[in-house]
Amino acid sequence: MRVIVPVKRVIDYNVKPRVKADGTGVDLANVKMSINPFDEIAVEEAVRLKENGVATEVVAVSVGPAKAQETLRTALAMGADRAILVETDEEVEPLGVAKLLAKIATEEAPGLIILGKQAIDDDSNQTGQMLAALLGWAQGTFASKVEVSGDIVNVTREVDGGLETVSLNLPAIVTTDLRLNEPRYASLPNIMKAKAKPLARKTPADFSVDISPRLRTIKVSEPPSRPAGIKVADVDELVTKLKEMGAAA
Amino acid sequence: MSVLVWVEHNTGAIKDATLSAVTAAAKLGAVDVLVVGKDIGAVAVDAAKIAGVGKALCADDSAYHHILPENVAPLIVGLMVNYDAFVAPASANGKNIAPRVAALLDVMQISEILSVESADTFTRPTYAGNVIATVQSSDAKKVLTVRGTAFEKASRGGGTGSVEAAARVDDAGISRFVGAEISKSERPELTSAQIIVSGGRALQNSENFHSVLEPLADKLGAAIGASRAAVDAGYAPNDYQVGQTGKIVAPEVYFAIGISGAIQHLAGMKDSKTIIAINKDEDAPIFQVADIGLVGDLFTIVPELTEKL
Repeated sequence: MRVIVPVKRVIDYNVKPRVKADGTGVDLANVKMSINPFDEIAVEEAVRLKENGVATEVVAVSVGPAKAQETLRTALAMGADRAILVETDEEVEPLGVAKLLAKIATEEAPGLIILGKQAIDDDSNQTGQMLAALLGWAQGTFASKVEVSGDIVNVTREVDGGLETVSLNLPAIVTTDLRLNEPRYASLPNIMKAKAKPLARKTPADFSVDISPRLRTIKVSEPPSRPAGIKVADVDELVTKLKEMGAAA
Repeated sequence: MSVLVWVEHNTGAIKDATLSAVTAAAKLGAVDVLVVGKDIGAVAVDAAKIAGVGKALCADDSAYHHILPENVAPLIVGLMVNYDAFVAPASANGKNIAPRVAALLDVMQISEILSVESADTFTRPTYAGNVIATVQSSDAKKVLTVRGTAFEKASRGGGTGSVEAAARVDDAGISRFVGAEISKSERPELTSAQIIVSGGRALQNSENFHSVLEPLADKLGAAIGASRAAVDAGYAPNDYQVGQTGKIVAPEVYFAIGISGAIQHLAGMKDSKTIIAINKDEDAPIFQVADIGLVGDLFTIVPELTEKL
């Protein structure tokens, strides 16, 4: 079974984003970029499926600028077999990404597509569900456990009240939550080996789908900051303050 | 504009997140609501009483029992012939289903809206809430999820809506519900609690997490939350997690106990009215958003606080 893992190049999760002075976007010049953390978990899960003999090949896919090759190399260093970059400098919305991925899925015929549940830049949490809709496949979102058995995948999902398990016919879509696994660090030899793995470069035009944006960002701004608070010396003072504020009886 | 709102419920009661979604939807136009599940007639009757609701569509069928998106999305897409917008709370179900509906309608969803600026323009959080984007949609129909903390709750009573059965769609047959482990708790629900006592990695283990935080939460009638670090370490179950990818909360009072305050955690609680931080590291970032900070050992402070409150 082939597994496809879409990955996105995003601002590193430790970096606090800065809004450009003219409010047109976030300043990404000279900012550290990394693989989206949820996608890293997706790569890890796919590689484990291969190591366990469930998957035969892991294909990493990214839609993004030429520099997204670095993100794909990260996936290859973790154990993906080959990569596909759909290269564009335009920002592609989740619906557009899902349409491109649906085309790739039709060509590659995977048994499973594992995606991060959301990208930490746009926080949309949409692409996996949209891809499942376009393909007419079942979806196991926010997964904390994935078990493939025959032509079924059982997915344990993190839901509002706890956990839920669903059984899905393959091919299926899985989106990862934080506790699915702990991604490995790529070893230096694997990073070197990744450089020789195949990486195909395509453009959106190769797939003849309409990915023109549906949303226009009118402006971006920073949220109002909270006024500075106070520090109290001890519990008695804390209790007094809480009572003053009516926060405690 | 006519709007269809997803009702989040647990087969017995309607969740507060629904009421915030109704308020957001009412800014767009006339509101009908959709109740999906099995044996949900009573929920639909309650939903029709929400202030401002025109009618409650009731899709009561075993195929919808566990809200499988493969079955529910086609139902909604069919109903959307009569509506200009689909609005869902940003609950686990809302997040699971709305994008599937959006893609089937060929619409780009707008996630977790914070405000309705006009019929096609909304604000929403990005970058863990560090950047607020104002976006305008060119799609003919709108698909939105709503951040519950950003909108007032519509009244549960006073509405005079009717209940109508929704047309049934067959089971897609590609997914099945296996089971669930839903936490049972006497405490208030995290996303609607007035007070939250939240713990982090400094609690050191699951035993401490419960033995230190629960007496305080009991005394205050508070819900208990956790940072990602505490959940990852197994001190607390996943449904306790507050943050960018966990629950978004905005209680009257939020106690951050032994939580350093990573931006991913702040994203989930910084709209709380009053934030109290207790941490032994005086440089912890949590103190930058706290209204009241107390530097010290939580293992002595929290029991003393519980005692003196």
